[in-house]
Amino acid sequence: MRWLPCGDAAAIVELDDLAQVLRLHAAVESARSEGRLEGVVDVVPAARTLLLRCTGREALEHGAALVDALHLADDVPLSGQEVTISVRYDGDDLDDVAELLSVDAAEVVRRHTETVWRVAFTGFAPGFGYLVSDDGSAPLEVARRPEARTTVPAGAVGLAGEFTGAYPRSSPGGWQLIGTTETRLWDVDRDPPALLTPGTRVRFEEVR
Amino acid sequence: MTSLHVLSPGTLTTVQDLGRAGHAGLGVAPSGALDPASLRLANRIVGTHEEAPALELTFGGLVLSADGPCVVAVTGAPVTLTVSNEDARTYGCGSAVPVPNGAELSIGPPSGGLRSWLAVRGGLDAPEVLGSASTDLLAGINAPLAEGDVLTVGPPPGEALPSLDGAPLSVPSDDCLTLRVVLGPRHTWFTDDALASLREPWTVDQRSNRVGIRLDGPALERDAEHDGRELPSEGAVAGAVQVASNGLPVLFLADHPVTAGYPVVACVVTEDLPLAAQAVPGQTVRFRPVEGPQLP
Repeated sequence: MRWLPCGDAAAIVELDDLAQVLRLHAAVESARSEGRLEGVVDVVPAARTLLLRCTGREALEHGAALVDALHLADDVPLSGQEVTISVRYDGDDLDDVAELLSVDAAEVVRRHTETVWRVAFTGFAPGFGYLVSDDGSAPLEVARRPEARTTVPAGAVGLAGEFTGAYPRSSPGGWQLIGTTETRLWDVDRDPPALLTPGTRVRFEEVR
Repeated sequence: MTSLHVLSPGTLTTVQDLGRAGHAGLGVAPSGALDPASLRLANRIVGTHEEAPALELTFGGLVLSADGPCVVAVTGAPVTLTVSNEDARTYGCGSAVPVPNGAELSIGPPSGGLRSWLAVRGGLDAPEVLGSASTDLLAGINAPLAEGDVLTVGPPPGEALPSLDGAPLSVPSDDCLTLRVVLGPRHTWFTDDALASLREPWTVDQRSNRVGIRLDGPALERDAEHDGRELPSEGAVAGAVQVASNGLPVLFLADHPVTAGYPVVACVVTEDLPLAAQAVPGQTVRFRPVEGPQLP
């Protein structure tokens, strides 16, 4: 694990792969629930890193030392929730994705709808979840677009790397867009406001 | 119950409290007043709970009409308050200002700096999302003040107003602001010349706001090993200086994107973030690297 500072009160720790990040995240959340990381304000997992944001320098130094000594959790807890998201597979990049994977568009849709996905972590924007295939198979692994779009429509469903995800609201974005969903991914009046929370299983179903 | 009617929202006025820390894992930034100490002080001057929601003014200009009497105080960038009823009285920052029922309260532009915080005795009774009334411009949580909005003031607290002539306030400078930074996490992506240029003045661009301050200056070049490389998105914090593909830095503020897809070359230390909140477009800013925390 490699530690890198983010100012005087935060740091990221770099790990080898996403599975390690999620196991460390689970261990950190467990320690927090036991009251062992009191000065830690935010924990942000990402594809290869875990960010710890603390109340100040001392809390960071103490927290980082404690996290560095944690054993990675054996399993990553599932939330027990399951969500189905309806998608109209009309994305601008559907054909490009098919070509990148040397298959046809129908096969891209089939793989997307037949895979059981799981929310690995959230971030980027409220309601945005990074989904990976539950069995670790990465059936639709493609690079991001070479250039990000300045505007991706709200509800756009996309692919990047090992992930799939949907944009809760219009924003800039570099993912390969394969479809659109009407499902509300972020609703401040709902509890929790995010539909996709870490550990939730997700299936996509095609609507026309 | 007193309410305040917005006759003019000024350049940009938002409801802020101390933010909603702890939800970054869901993609929600901490948000909150860009100078928490100034917000706390304004609330204390009006004898109100320090964390109560107040208004964050950008470049003044706010005009309110009081439906019921109230007491306000302003901290941060110095502005003149004018209370008009049958006559007009002017006040400065740092002290409790009575606003009678039916009076108009008008805030002028700051004589230095950019942002001021206006607290009302009793606090503002504003809707909370994830435990905070703060407006987050990037996430679209709550919205900036608009003409016609009505703000509800909370009931007056039990304690008396503190007897205080005026709290001493520091005046923001219009010289080049020096912000202390810790280099990293991705400073190794850049050339030595690029890192040295962080110490030189950068100009604050007009297109800056609570999400981040855009800076103009010489493009920061990546070293040969990292040229053209993609960075898997990683968590970012307020104070992060992210370098876009065009080499220009953006200094993240409280409504920043929670993950950064471009390398962050350095992060401003917590104590200097309120200085950044006062940087006016056209002003210059430079970064001074300091020793970072002890990490494993």
